[in-house]
Amino acid sequence: MKTSRHWLEQWTRPAWTDEQMSEALSLAGLEVDGVEPAAPPFSGVVVGQVLTVEKHPDADKLNVTAVDVGGEEPLQIVCGARNVRPGMKAPCATVGAVLPGGFRIKKAKLRGVPSFGMLCSASELGLAESSDGLMELPAEAPVGEDVRVYLDLDDPVFDIDLTPNRSDCLSHEGMAREVAALTGGDYAEPYTLVEPQAAFRTEQAVRVAAPEACPRYLGCEVRGFNAGVETPLWMQERLRRCGVRPISLVVDITNYVLLELGQPMHAFDADRLQGDIEVRMAREGEKLTTLDGVARELTPDTLVIADASGPIALAGIMGGESTAVSDATTRIFFEAAHFKPEVIAGKARQYGLHTDSSHRFERGVDPELPRKALLRAVDLLLTLAGGEAGDIVAVEAPEHLPARPVITLRQEKIEQVLGMVFPAEQVEALLKRLQFVVQKLEPGLWQVTPPSWRFDIGIEEDLIEELARLYGYNRLPESAVHAPMQLGELPETELDQARLHEALIQRGYHEVITYSFIPEEEAQLFALDQQTVALANPLSEELAVMRPSLMPGLLRTVAHNQKRQQLRVRVFESGAVFERGEDGYVQAQRIGGAIFGSRAPLHWDTPVETVDFFDIKGDVEALLAAAEVAVTFEPADHPALHPGQSAWVKHDGEIIGWLGQLHPQLYRRWKLAQPVYLFELALPPLLKARLPQMQPVSRFPEVQRDLAFVLDRKVPAADLQRVIEGVDSPILREVRLFDLYAGEGLPEDRKSLAVKLRFGSLDHTLSDEEVDAAVEAVVQAVADRLGGQLRQ
Amino acid sequence: MQERLEQLVEEARQALSSVEQLADLDQLRVRFLGKKGALTEMMKQLGGMAPEERPRAGQLINQAKQTVQALINDKKAALEEARLAAKLQAEAVDVTLPGRNVDIGGPHPVSRTLARIERLFAQAGFTVAQGPEIEDDWHNFEALNIPPTHPARAMHDTFYINDSDVLRTHTSGVQIRVMEGQQPPIRIIAPGRVYRCDSDQTHTPMFHQVEGLVVEENASFAQLKTLTIDFLRRFFEDDNLKVRFRPSYFPFTEPSAEVDIATDLFGDGRWMEVLGCGMVHPNVLRNVGIDPERYRGFAFGLGVERLTMLRYGVDDLRLFFENDLRFLQQFK
Repeated sequence: MKTSRHWLEQWTRPAWTDEQMSEALSLAGLEVDGVEPAAPPFSGVVVGQVLTVEKHPDADKLNVTAVDVGGEEPLQIVCGARNVRPGMKAPCATVGAVLPGGFRIKKAKLRGVPSFGMLCSASELGLAESSDGLMELPAEAPVGEDVRVYLDLDDPVFDIDLTPNRSDCLSHEGMAREVAALTGGDYAEPYTLVEPQAAFRTEQAVRVAAPEACPRYLGCEVRGFNAGVETPLWMQERLRRCGVRPISLVVDITNYVLLELGQPMHAFDADRLQGDIEVRMAREGEKLTTLDGVARELTPDTLVIADASGPIALAGIMGGESTAVSDATTRIFFEAAHFKPEVIAGKARQYGLHTDSSHRFERGVDPELPRKALLRAVDLLLTLAGGEAGDIVAVEAPEHLPARPVITLRQEKIEQVLGMVFPAEQVEALLKRLQFVVQKLEPGLWQVTPPSWRFDIGIEEDLIEELARLYGYNRLPESAVHAPMQLGELPETELDQARLHEALIQRGYHEVITYSFIPEEEAQLFALDQQTVALANPLSEELAVMRPSLMPGLLRTVAHNQKRQQLRVRVFESGAVFERGEDGYVQAQRIGGAIFGSRAPLHWDTPVETVDFFDIKGDVEALLAAAEVAVTFEPADHPALHPGQSAWVKHDGEIIGWLGQLHPQLYRRWKLAQPVYLFELALPPLLKARLPQMQPVSRFPEVQRDLAFVLDRKVPAADLQRVIEGVDSPILREVRLFDLYAGEGLPEDRKSLAVKLRFGSLDHTLSDEEVDAAVEAVVQAVADRLGGQLRQ
Repeated sequence: MQERLEQLVEEARQALSSVEQLADLDQLRVRFLGKKGALTEMMKQLGGMAPEERPRAGQLINQAKQTVQALINDKKAALEEARLAAKLQAEAVDVTLPGRNVDIGGPHPVSRTLARIERLFAQAGFTVAQGPEIEDDWHNFEALNIPPTHPARAMHDTFYINDSDVLRTHTSGVQIRVMEGQQPPIRIIAPGRVYRCDSDQTHTPMFHQVEGLVVEENASFAQLKTLTIDFLRRFFEDDNLKVRFRPSYFPFTEPSAEVDIATDLFGDGRWMEVLGCGMVHPNVLRNVGIDPERYRGFAFGLGVERLTMLRYGVDDLRLFFENDLRFLQQFK
């Protein structure tokens, strides 16, 4: 809300500098975003009157004028504006003037004719975005007066960011009330409004079919005013500095009243109304072309103002084109109504609109304001353009008007909430400053009625906040929380997720955070059989579907870094992935990673090799080691992965994740120049830890034997491991694969796998016979189960 | 004889001085102390001496032998030392060459801040609570005293899945979930991703919040102030951090406040908004079956990216989600 200080000072005059006022308002919850003068800095511009206009001898588009600026002699000024004419008044920048942007006015020769200044347009003074010709000043503007003074341009304009509960401050009167409450200073209305003598009976009938949505509707007809009157400059200026574009006198008056009192109004061209005005909900299929020229299909939950022709305005939001006031209008019907916030809320947005009117009605407007606003608007119009007013038509349903709450306030409660004793006199004094009606029931107990404009005050806590606010949040006491000392739980069978992150970080991975929403197509690539969840209102197609997998985000990260010449990328992310479940959504936590480029950082003694399957698998195994979760790896058939270099990770027979190379056909989508290896694992199984239980450590020497088996190439190494581990031997401690060989010396379809076996006993030193027997059993098992032979 | 012995010792000393190889040293030992060595020969001559002279002569010869042996030992030690030194010298490496496998990654700066926040509050007995990111209308709005027509809904720029489910616009919904399942005393923080339908230089459609909640019999605004000030001073490690409270508005707290900080460490001493907080609105307590006459609560919400930016001097919010390694590598 842009608030003009000089306008506000018509009600109250705080003894504050602009900075003090900003701080005071901000610390009272009305955050001041900035203070700027009503016009950008310029100097040396005075009211000038054009005396004569003659054609420039050498330039078609230029005129040579004589301008009276109150000096002894008129100034000769060369001017290119088309609207320059003798007798007009306009801002004149004299020699030495500095215009916005630092542009300095000097004596000049224009096509040979000396010029001693410049006649200015509104945009040249920073008073308009663009303008066509000179800014015309009223005939009564005193020649020679500084334009900044004449137009009150040094008026500080406060840009105040109001929270939605303080709609009562969305006007200069409301803001003045608040300022007076903060200063405790005088506050008086700058004018008294009296009901005008009705010159005729307003014929326009009004019916309210939705009294619960519109409990108060006032209207008044004004006729016979001078339609040609321009909005006075002072009013245009106030509108402009508050961010409202002047349009025409009648419309400007409604906007002026809105900014002054906070009541949104509307003016209908009374000659264009057909029959009775009716306030009702829209009917199925009804249409309305609003003032912005957009034809809108209305939904039945929309409150409209209608006449016999159908809807003529979106109630509380915007008027319609068919009944809009025009230059030809001579008879208008002013509307000032009270619409319920619940009815207007969200409607403007539904129609893609946001207006000064809807902004206020959504938040709540003082229900007592319509009459005052109507009188003010009528008075302004009659004063500025003459004419006469009819009587006020009022349709009211008092039972639907917001009830003013009567709130019980306990001194004890204030103390409990704020942690300090608030003296009774202070409680009463502060609330009265806000124009609350305070009635003392007994010591420390009051009944408080907020004024009609304070929609936001409904309960005791609201009053306590008001007290705290006026007293000053920063003066309120501080105290530490006192609570019984209690030790929390520390379950050792739950692994801290940070340990998993640390395991990856130690292996060179950087954690990344990517958006939870991804393009639909990328979601489908990794969704497997999951039903994805799409946003109803995504920002873009790129951010449209909730990720069913962490992979698209990681691939995007890899691609981003590849594009920035990174030769080696190792990244991981943990977080939720989303799918539609049987009932509701499944929001599962996962951890995933991607590696790309060199296996090792560039090093003088390490060969440059690119990553392969066993790099990512090593990382996965390290992660699983931190979690101590037993898994198996099985060849996978994941559509987004290389069919020969990918594996499911299974735990207790369930797939808990996968790893592998991105399917080479997909490189192009992310513009990848080299293979990317990925993994993704469900987090919950990884966060279950085992409570360690010590196993005895043997004091007797251990024996190691190395065996190499020749096997069919297709036999997975894990099978060999499992078969050997399954041999019933009390002394076999560990089996470790240490060599894989295929090629020369072996048939095409065979390979050699070498294992190191460790034998030991807790209670004796092993004999050669014992070990030989165990080895024999191993060799036998491998032969029986896998058809493997010892390599000769 | 004594003369002869002295002469031999001197001879040995001289010979040793020119020895440079361990092998030569052995020859020298044989020459003087071997079976046919000069001093061994002298010993053999003892037999031809008068019995009364023998002990003294033997003693002299032994002394000479010991002297020569000692000289040889010293020389041997010196040569061995020299040989080791030479060997080690030959093994010298360029210690300035980089070692192997020096490559660790690091947490994302936002995670780093989250971890610090969690650890700070853990010290004061807060536990971490989690909630879903696709949230229903009740937990994200309604239970927090934000009915459908409330103007605050417009401020939230909500992403919708459908009419009743949204991407949570704040982690405040987690406080509802916690209070629904637990009576006071409650002390939790709820960190996590939140979403707003807004994207420009200073807004990303996803960011992180930490919501904090305390519900106890005697909770007060005074305590909220202390906790907030303490947290901010600890987080920024600045005991002189200036903190101020401004009245504000959140539907789920009353009174509500926004908190600004100012410090000489960054931000040119200007006031900067860092968090919102307030006393839990009695309607919220009622909505979860907690008696607002018996218990009071306070809650606060921190913007994690904001704190991270101030703490580490990050000047563009969008960097957090670009995940450029050159950015991430600065937060090991």
